[in-house]
Amino acid sequence: MFIKSENFMTEENIQLTIDGIPISVPKGTTILDAAREAGIDIPVLCYFAHTTANGLCRLCVVDVEGSRVLQASCVAQVQEGAVVHTNSEKVQRSRRTILEMLASTVDLSESPELQEMVVEYDCHPERFENGKKRQPEIIDDNPVYIRDYSQCVLCWRCVQVCADDAQFTYAINFSGRGFDTQIATFFDKPLTETSCVFCGNCVGVCPTGALKSKREHLLEQGVAPDQIFELTRLQGKGKRSIGGPHLDRQYQNAMERE
Amino acid sequence: MTSHSLNLDKLKPILEKYTPDGRAQLLPALWEAQAAYGYLAEPVVAAISKALRVPFAEVHGVIEFYTMFYNQPVGHTFVRVCVSPICTQLGGEQILDSVCGHFDVQPGETTPDGNYTIEAVECLGLCDHAPAALVGDIPLSLEVAEAPSSWVPSPQAVSLGKVSGEPRWLTARCGAIAPTDINAFQAHGGYAALKKALGQMQPADVIAEVEASQLSGRGGAAFPTGLKWKFTAGAANNPKYIVCNADESEPGTFKDRVLMEGDPFFILEGITLAGYAIGAEKGYIYVRGEYPRAQKTLQTAIDNARRDGFLGQNILGSGFSFEIELRSGAGAYICGEETALFESIEGKRGYPRLKPPFPTTNGLFDQPTVINNVETLCTAAWILANGAQAYKSVGTEKSPGTKLFCLSGDVANPGVYEAPFGILMSDLIDLAGGVVGDVQAVLVGGAAGSFAGPEQLDVPLSFEGLWDAGLSLGSGVVNVVNTERDLRIYLLSLAHFFAHESCGKCFPCQLGSRRQLEILQKVAAGNATKADLAALEDVGFAMTQASLCGLGQTAGTAILSALQKWPEIFSHQ
Ligand SMILES: Cc1cc2nc3c(=O)[nH]c(=O)nc-3n(C[C@H](O)[C@H](O)[C@H](O)COP(=O)(O)O)c2cc1C
Ligand code: SF4
Ligand code: SF4
Ligand code: FES
Ligand code: FES
Repeated sequence: MFIKSENFMTEENIQLTIDGIPISVPKGTTILDAAREAGIDIPVLCYFAHTTANGLCRLCVVDVEGSRVLQASCVAQVQEGAVVHTNSEKVQRSRRTILEMLASTVDLSESPELQEMVVEYDCHPERFENGKKRQPEIIDDNPVYIRDYSQCVLCWRCVQVCADDAQFTYAINFSGRGFDTQIATFFDKPLTETSCVFCGNCVGVCPTGALKSKREHLLEQGVAPDQIFELTRLQGKGKRSIGGPHLDRQYQNAMERE
Repeated sequence: MTSHSLNLDKLKPILEKYTPDGRAQLLPALWEAQAAYGYLAEPVVAAISKALRVPFAEVHGVIEFYTMFYNQPVGHTFVRVCVSPICTQLGGEQILDSVCGHFDVQPGETTPDGNYTIEAVECLGLCDHAPAALVGDIPLSLEVAEAPSSWVPSPQAVSLGKVSGEPRWLTARCGAIAPTDINAFQAHGGYAALKKALGQMQPADVIAEVEASQLSGRGGAAFPTGLKWKFTAGAANNPKYIVCNADESEPGTFKDRVLMEGDPFFILEGITLAGYAIGAEKGYIYVRGEYPRAQKTLQTAIDNARRDGFLGQNILGSGFSFEIELRSGAGAYICGEETALFESIEGKRGYPRLKPPFPTTNGLFDQPTVINNVETLCTAAWILANGAQAYKSVGTEKSPGTKLFCLSGDVANPGVYEAPFGILMSDLIDLAGGVVGDVQAVLVGGAAGSFAGPEQLDVPLSFEGLWDAGLSLGSGVVNVVNTERDLRIYLLSLAHFFAHESCGKCFPCQLGSRRQLEILQKVAAGNATKADLAALEDVGFAMTQASLCGLGQTAGTAILSALQKWPEIFSHQ
């Protein structure tokens, strides 16, 4: 979001052209924000107003004349006199290919925004249909939320809000690297045995169906709402009382009664 | 051994040593703990986390990032067999098969007696000795027919390797003196540059001399070295750092290993000079984990230099004080990327940072930093000793001086060859005894470079000459592939390298390096369709154009260059 603060107004302004529209914005503005000022929409996935931008997904790439490669508009700042194209052939080809590779790797069935992009960019993920998918088992290790990393796009938001961007709890980080990266706890321990305080920030920022409240998950599994209440009313009593086998057993019982 | 019975006594001295510096000593602490316990068991890691005040999950994340850290029990000795392109070309896969067959294990497994863990690994920087392996700390050059029953239990270390060419400016002492003998080093012209600089030059004069020489970086990006030093010297913040990039992990590249093992003081001299020029008091040399021998040589040299007053307080009575710390990588090509390397020294996963800001203002520990390749720093020391004019007396106008070339593959005498810029590729290959067989292809620049065909052998090896030919110098790799080799297998190995080494930070490379590998698997099996090849081009395009760092931006380059030159080998057979 672009905020016109007093401070910003006194700063030097930068003139540039985005998709033929001349625009003037304060120095330090990202191309993404400048484009939004001009009413031009650039698709984003990993970018999120409340977490540090890392330039991960590269769906926001734009074509800046004279640049060797495309620029990630969510992190690249405006340059004086720049001529930017947000939807050139190169941009479309890159976006389409990234989305195709993503859709053939990750289960996007519960990510409607991404599904819309897949349609909009005329993607054919089936080109990679025999490619490796990321399909780890659902992790159901605590009473508050489940983790289904087969739906995880690795946007890092959950790790960031758990760490320096919000909670300073550092319960989750990464395992593996490259294609085999996954969000993970210390030695893959259940969240109840980590520093997690079940603040729910991660669930709140996850853009896909990877992190989901237990309640929502149980409802989807066909557990009756009154049985869920039996479980969730015990939440929020402090870490010890919500962790561990006690609730898990109740959850088991609820499932068995089904 | 269960976690409960693990005795943490051995950890105490390690933690005592590293606790004061906290996270910045995480990798050294993990290395020593692993050496003490065999692997990084959970209670050991927990104790390190607490002592260095790094969150548990983040330490686990660090261990998971580096291939040479293990959080499960492993064998007593590692047998690491290289399966990167140059070794694959010369029989690496057969060697892997024979050693796995001998021990009846799969790659990645440990023998039942716990003695050996057998691993298939990416380039060991021993391509001049290909097919190569590392048994424990011992670098080996193997023959395909050699029996694992002999080379595994009694490994014979390779020599420094062949070093040749003309003129021998950078490699004059390699092989000629005992590498860690500081007196021999000085008797052969060593430390002349440092003495001259500290004795009679201001830091700005040192930078001016380097600028006048037109020296450009040898790590791949060819950035003007003098300018980099000037920017950093002029940056407002202190302290400043100088980092020597000795991560050298790009298939086909081994020149820095030869310098480290053959003339370590030369590198220390270059680092110290750079430190003086930019006003730093601390330098780091980051050496890849797969170079244990180079690390040992360098550490001895650092200790000897300190003993004789070339490091430490008030060097040679000049008032200038400077220290060098050796850091070991732990198995990650991406840590050669400058900002990923900083993250690694800082005790983090080796993820490249966004640029800008650049290292000259925000580098190691967010401070102004010069990062230079090993060869760059040696060349700078040579220039200071002999003058920019002398340096420019060979080479071309735009690429003055000499360059170390890494010749490997189907040439008679693989090795490091020093030659003036502008030498024709064919002449360089002749220096290495000529081609064995007939040339099918030459990989120029490294895994991130491109292929030249047999019709391009007369290309001059200078920045501009290669540029005009659509090639790049990269890290000085010239890997010759003869017509007997199946280029598709070579390309598959190349694709495997990038898929294995992608850090996974950005989507195009994280996903694209995997998809590229899968399509190359089809190509190698002879069943890639037209649609697959169109997809391969799109994947390469997206990686090149949209990736965050140089790894992804070049992960498709060589393969696309082959597809363009030799489409017939890709199509359905
Ligand atoms: C994936 C990747 C790996 C790299 N590996 C190395 C390396 O091993 N050694 C090196 O000197 N530079 C390497 N570089 C280049 C460095 O980022 C940096 O440009 C270089 O160290 C600067 O030194 P120079 O100016 O002396 O060339 C690598 C770059 C990338 C993108
Ligand atoms: S779990 Fe959700 S928030 Fe976390 S990285 Fe995956 S997609 Fe992003
Ligand atoms: S290009 Fe590859 S190596 Fe570089 S940041 Fe992206 S995923 Fe990591
Ligand atoms: S939105 Fe810019 S890189 Fe993801
Ligand atoms: S050592 Fe095997 S390819 Fe370099």
